[in-house]
Amino acid sequence: MTTDQARYQYLLRFADTSLVMAQRLAEWCSRGPILEEDLALTNISLDYFGQAEAFYNTAIPFGGKQETADDLAFRRSEREYFNFLIAEADNGDYARTMMKIYLLSVYLEKIYTALSTSSQPELNMLGVKSLKEIMYHKRHSSAWLFRLAHGTAESASRVQQALQDVWSYTDDLFSTDVCDELLSGELNYEITAMKHVWLAEVEEFMKQCGFVLPQTTYQIQGGIKQMHTEALGHVLCEMQYLQRAYPNAKW
Amino acid sequence: MEDILTTPISQTALAHFEARLQNDEKIEPKDWMPEAYRKTVLRQMMQHAHSEVIGMQPEGNWVLRAPSLRAKKILLAKIQDEGGHGLYLYSAAETLGMDRTEMIQLLHEQKAKYSSIFNYPALTWADIGAIGWLVDGAAIVNQVSLQRTSYGPYARAMVRICKEESFHQRQGYEIMATMMKGTPEQQAMAQDAMNRWWWPSLMMFGPHDADSPHTEQSMEWKIKRESNDRLRQKFIDKTIDQAYVIGLTIPDKDLKFNEETKSYSIGPINWDEFWSVVKGNGPCNKQRMTHHIKYHEEGRWVREALEAFAKKQIEMN
Repeated sequence: MTTDQARYQYLLRFADTSLVMAQRLAEWCSRGPILEEDLALTNISLDYFGQAEAFYNTAIPFGGKQETADDLAFRRSEREYFNFLIAEADNGDYARTMMKIYLLSVYLEKIYTALSTSSQPELNMLGVKSLKEIMYHKRHSSAWLFRLAHGTAESASRVQQALQDVWSYTDDLFSTDVCDELLSGELNYEITAMKHVWLAEVEEFMKQCGFVLPQTTYQIQGGIKQMHTEALGHVLCEMQYLQRAYPNAKW
Repeated sequence: MEDILTTPISQTALAHFEARLQNDEKIEPKDWMPEAYRKTVLRQMMQHAHSEVIGMQPEGNWVLRAPSLRAKKILLAKIQDEGGHGLYLYSAAETLGMDRTEMIQLLHEQKAKYSSIFNYPALTWADIGAIGWLVDGAAIVNQVSLQRTSYGPYARAMVRICKEESFHQRQGYEIMATMMKGTPEQQAMAQDAMNRWWWPSLMMFGPHDADSPHTEQSMEWKIKRESNDRLRQKFIDKTIDQAYVIGLTIPDKDLKFNEETKSYSIGPINWDEFWSVVKGNGPCNKQRMTHHIKYHEEGRWVREALEAFAKKQIEMN
């Protein structure tokens, strides 16, 4: 694998994560618990669509193929996606969706902060560009989780359950492959150290919410190895329907 | 707040209200107004707010299947705009003394209506084009006129909303234009959407003036500034040429262009269909309401938590 190929594949990891996350969040459209939240969730979805597009467009020149962001989004199958599994996990209730956003945002915030100091100009640009939105997502989701944790007995128990369930997707965020090795000079982070920082922040926040981190050792991994859960196929099937059904059409 | 119902109608107050209308001045929330005026404006604004929110459903039906990243972003942003309009209109309607919770309750009890157009299904991607172009196009004609409505908060809401709606209409037209330049299948899809949405869009303006009993009073109060037929005609005249430019056919065998008036005359509108949908028998009436109630109920625990949290914060301080 060349450095450019590693950059291509590394960027697709975040592009795909953003896209699948965006698609999942868009499922909330007209289904929010209050109108304000309907708008907030679709707004976060919109941010993720924008980020996916920016990551795809940055990745394409490194891949050296004749393709567009839409080709990458709409013409690849389940075993060709590199997204982290947390993105494809179903939304569940509002607490679970907020938990997904929160745990992923803390992670992406660390990654994009590191990238925004990268000597590699494209990675640097993407880090800077994405960070602001991710920090807003973290603020929004943490504020809601805190309120729900200190709301009613039902809401607290739902958040606790969400933490328990989503936790099994978090080790996947820290898996690495040959791309990380090849790009170690320009990524400006070391994954084990980053996991410690992530864990400390999440643990501290959950403590404020009145929860301890789950003791479960059950974790599923495989997103960047293109080994997904059964959920991804359904997400893609719906998203890619028109492009697949009318391959010669332009929309 | 002083209960308007129990306020004696003083001749001076009424004269003042009428003078303000006469001078084209806006009626503001704290001004005295006849109870029937308040009720009419509230009903209309509430219906308008509900329409924005229910309208998110047919468009939301395609948000996951929008065929490009660009289309997804635009459609999501548009649906967000609609939700935002809903919020804005609910707030403006609240100035008339009813809160949003109660308005939603009235919707669920089917005592408050929303625009019947959203009781038609969005079957193909072309429907997203047709909704943006025709439905939002018809809404704009109505809303531009409402920028001059006599109730201040409503008029100001319309000014803001109109700016975004014209973007929506362009978005819808662009989808249709792109499809009409596309494959034969796409062209057929676009024409099919046109055939299904054209007449319901014309019905959005309501019954003919002769059959619209509330129009006269609403015009007198300057809540309504132009009649149903006049607004409908404006929409017809500006839309038909847009259809021809991209090669769409108007599904009306009686359509004629009048050289003298430079205006189109259309065939008869199927008012039986209109009233049937208004009365709850359209293809999606039940679905739209079930959806709204279902997710409102599913979100109840979140709203309760929010309230409990706020209460705890107050107790702590």
